[in-house]
Amino acid sequence: MSGRRIMTAEEIRRAVIRISHEIVEKHAGTDGLVLVGIQRRGVPIARRLAEAIREHEAAALPVGALDITFYRDDLSMLAQQPVVKGTDLPFDVTGTTVVLVDDVLYTGRTIRAAMDALMEYGRPRAIRLAVLVDRGHCELPIRADHVGKNVPTSREELVRVRIEEIDGEDAVDIDRAVAAEPVAARTT
Amino acid sequence: MITDPALAAPDELLGAGPAADPVAAAGGGDNPAPAGLWRHRHLLDVDVLTADELELVMHTTATMSEILARPIPRVPALRGWGVTNLFYEASTRTRVSFEVAAKNLSADVVNVTASASSVTKGESLIDTIRTLEALGARMLVIRHATSGAPWLAAETFGGSVINAGDGLHAHPTQALLDLYTMRTHLPGGSVAGRKVVILGDVLHSRVARSNLWSLTASGADVWVCGPVTLLRGFEAWAAAGVAGTRQFTATSDLAAALRDADVVMALRIQRERMASGLLPSLREYAARFGLTRARLATARPDALVMHPGPMNEGVEIAPDVAAGTQSVITDQVANGVAVRMAILYLLAGARGAGE
Repeated sequence: MSGRRIMTAEEIRRAVIRISHEIVEKHAGTDGLVLVGIQRRGVPIARRLAEAIREHEAAALPVGALDITFYRDDLSMLAQQPVVKGTDLPFDVTGTTVVLVDDVLYTGRTIRAAMDALMEYGRPRAIRLAVLVDRGHCELPIRADHVGKNVPTSREELVRVRIEEIDGEDAVDIDRAVAAEPVAARTT
Repeated sequence: MITDPALAAPDELLGAGPAADPVAAAGGGDNPAPAGLWRHRHLLDVDVLTADELELVMHTTATMSEILARPIPRVPALRGWGVTNLFYEASTRTRVSFEVAAKNLSADVVNVTASASSVTKGESLIDTIRTLEALGARMLVIRHATSGAPWLAAETFGGSVINAGDGLHAHPTQALLDLYTMRTHLPGGSVAGRKVVILGDVLHSRVARSNLWSLTASGADVWVCGPVTLLRGFEAWAAAGVAGTRQFTATSDLAAALRDADVVMALRIQRERMASGLLPSLREYAARFGLTRARLATARPDALVMHPGPMNEGVEIAPDVAAGTQSVITDQVANGVAVRMAILYLLAGARGAGE
């Protein structure tokens, strides 16, 4: 479990603030902009982004939570069904620009599933992607629009994001995976 | 372990029954994130489910309810899964509910009705199951008039078996949807400490038998009530005391049963199973045990009225009670789809699990 810290709490805080500015800049404002966090750690990150945007733009963006469990392409390969966390989108996504928020971009399959899930709720005008860590190895034609930190990794490594609302502290560590199932452990 | 003296337990009969789980009264509370993981390949009855597993089913059902509230209630979770409904007994709501649930999860559904199949040519249950498996069934939903038939099916079938009602014995998805319906309507979202009255033809009711397991495991104070002829075995069972902290009373005293009840579940008088002599007449039953507005008034003012359906209105339940403000009967039907989606989803992940 001895890991190498690649982002401290302070670096995470700064990355969130920078991404919040980038989102507003790219969209040229906040009209029609909504944030959707992917369960689980994407949700608190999306809330922080909304909070940062509220502070510097004085605009309250709607924030939703998206559970992608039923849209995964590896359901039949997992030994155990994942516990469903639930989706909560308290707004109509049709016509909005949705910024999907997740902690790590890895294979891209979570994002593919998230786009499918999101489309069930309506027809967004555009979908963008913000992640705290982009670790490479994307297996699908997907890229992030906003990245906290690019971290070149090998597939044997495990990127462990810890978020205070869930894990009690903010940190990103990189571990040499001992167990030979990085895909199952890290679902991104 | 509670044993039902009114009926030779099919799991013992067939040697397929797992040991009952330690009795754990549910703490209740506001639906915390479930810690328990699903480890069952089949759903034959609810007696094997721990309080944690019941909690996981309830949690998963709530997420399925969210899907059902969408404009297009469909997710691809079970894409490519063959689900076969094999019904040897008449059914509307259970069969349709399983079919809708499977379709909502994008499974491929096949419906087999025994009266329109080779069963009428004398094909055995085991041969029918082998045939359906060869035709691509990975999950088998079975209803059969013989208690224990799904256990036999589970020994033969290579996938998952879901009991959709066997004889007088068990109806696990009904018990789970009843539990879910109670939890969504009771203040606090829990049945722990609540008085639940199951009223009517308890003797012939697989709904009552399955509900006894799940409700007592969840900490409810369960009362079964009806004419003595329809409680045969249950009174001795209740009097003998039940394991651990489970609370269970059997009585023919309707007034005592209804007093301060939080939930009143009326059961259908099963005329097709009624051996002559158990009841003098339906009219007398309605007069003495029918759930009328006046009798309901002796329960708690906000007591829930439930019925597993189909109803004999004017016999076990008065029409104005069935359609009244306290009735959650249509919710039960709607929740049945969500519960069955949850069970299909959870069982799909249990490949390789022992039971």
